[in-house]
This record gives sequence, C-alpha cells and structure tokens, in this order.
Amino acid sequence: MATSGAPDMRTKLGRAKGLGSAHHGVGHWWLQRVTAVALMPLTIWFINSLVASLLSDNYLKVQQWLASPINATCMVLLLVAGFTHARLGAQVVIEDYVKSPVAKYTLLLLNTFLCYGFAAICIIAILKLHFLDVATST
Amino acid sequence: MPNVQRPTSPHLTVYRWQISMTLSILHRATGLALYFGTPVIVLWLVTAAYDPAHYEDFHRLMKSGIGEFCLLGWTASFYYHLCNGIRHLFWDIGAGFELKQIDRSGWAVVFLTFLLTAYTLHTAFTQATGQ
Repeated sequence: MATSGAPDMRTKLGRAKGLGSAHHGVGHWWLQRVTAVALMPLTIWFINSLVASLLSDNYLKVQQWLASPINATCMVLLLVAGFTHARLGAQVVIEDYVKSPVAKYTLLLLNTFLCYGFAAICIIAILKLHFLDVATST
Repeated sequence: MPNVQRPTSPHLTVYRWQISMTLSILHRATGLALYFGTPVIVLWLVTAAYDPAHYEDFHRLMKSGIGEFCLLGWTASFYYHLCNGIRHLFWDIGAGFELKQIDRSGWAVVFLTFLLTAYTLHTAFTQATGQ
C-alpha cells in the first residue's frame, strides 16, 4: 500500500491481484473465517437437533430425521463447512509443530485426504437416506 | 537441511501467567479434540445409513461410561471452541484488543462454556430419561 507521497512500486497487475509477497495464505485465513461463521448456526442447530430428537436408539427415527430435505441439506452444509474448517485448522497445527519434511508432508496429505474422505462418506450416507426410500414406521 | 540446535528465547519459564495464554492454547487443544471426534460422526452416519442392525450397538457404545465421558468432553470442547472462536472473530475485525477487554471476554468465554455445557447436559439427560 502506498503511503501518501511515496511512489507505489507495485505493478498495476500486482496491485489488482492484491496478493502479498507470499502470493497466498490469506485465502486460507479467509476460508477459515467464512467456515467459522457458517458453522455458528449450523453447529448450534445440530447440537439442538441431537438433544431434541436424535438420542433414541431407534434407527428408524434417526433415518427419517436424516432423510428429510431440510435436515439432509443442513447436515451436508454442516459437513462441508465443518470438514473444511477442520482441515484448515489441522493444517496450521501440523505446519507449526512438525518439522521433519517427511513427517510434515505425510501428515499434511493425510489430513487433506481424511477430511475429504470422511466428508464424502458422510455426505453419500445422507444422500442415500434421502433419495432411497426409508421404511416408515407408521 | 542441517539440523543444528539453535538457542531459543525462554517463554513458559519467564512470562507471568495470564488467562489469555491458557485460552489460546485451549482453543487449539479443543480444536484438535473436535478433529479427533469427527470419526464418531462418520461412524454414526454410516451405521444409520448402511448398517441399521448395529445401530443399537452404536447407541450402547455412546451410552457406555467411556462413551458418555467422550461425549461430555466433546460437548465442552465444542462450546469452548465456539465461544472463543467468536472472541477471535471480534479480534479479526479489530475489536476488543485492550488488555481489560481481553481479560473480561476471556473469563466470559470460560463462564459461557460451563453454562452451555451444563445446559446441554441437563437437556440431554432429561430427554434421554423421558423417552
């Protein structure tokens, strides 16, 4: 950013892109904040739903709850935002504490794959319940 | 890359304890705890969707001593991470950096965590026994 009077030495393209000298990083920071804000209502809704309707050992009730359009949609959003937020958070932790390159990059890959993998498994399970007929109890 | 042991400046041995230090590392610790709790959500959804015959077993596992201990831990971790996370978001927009504000908001987070965890615990307990 040019201070008043001093010439700005950045090219126009550089200024337009708005990246710092590292050319990346703020995207990670911003996405962490966006997912955090999204997770605020989603997690509260989820905990409330858990306590209100999902403590039963009757799997039919749970399946029906998950299959309903609003619940399924909110669950998918929760999982996407949640696993993204978790992946980003774990990434910084790994980068902070793991110094050996072999260990660090292994863990970073593992983190990414696990987060996407778990998200995929969960989302497909929910979609399965939503699209395939769930036996109704009544 | 040379693995030379470089000297580092002291930290934990020299700084006076402040609530902000503890809350900061707790934010990371609770984040990690929640991260390692995600497989339980996966297990729950997979059991419900693909293996409902074993859903009762899953339920029993969650209601066991170790299960309830973990659930309590995750509930507390979640509420702490949520409240302190909101505290972080205020800092991100530039608000609340005065030392007094940091102290007060910090203690508010601790208080809220206890309150919300207790509330959820109570509601879950009355719900479970009422079924």
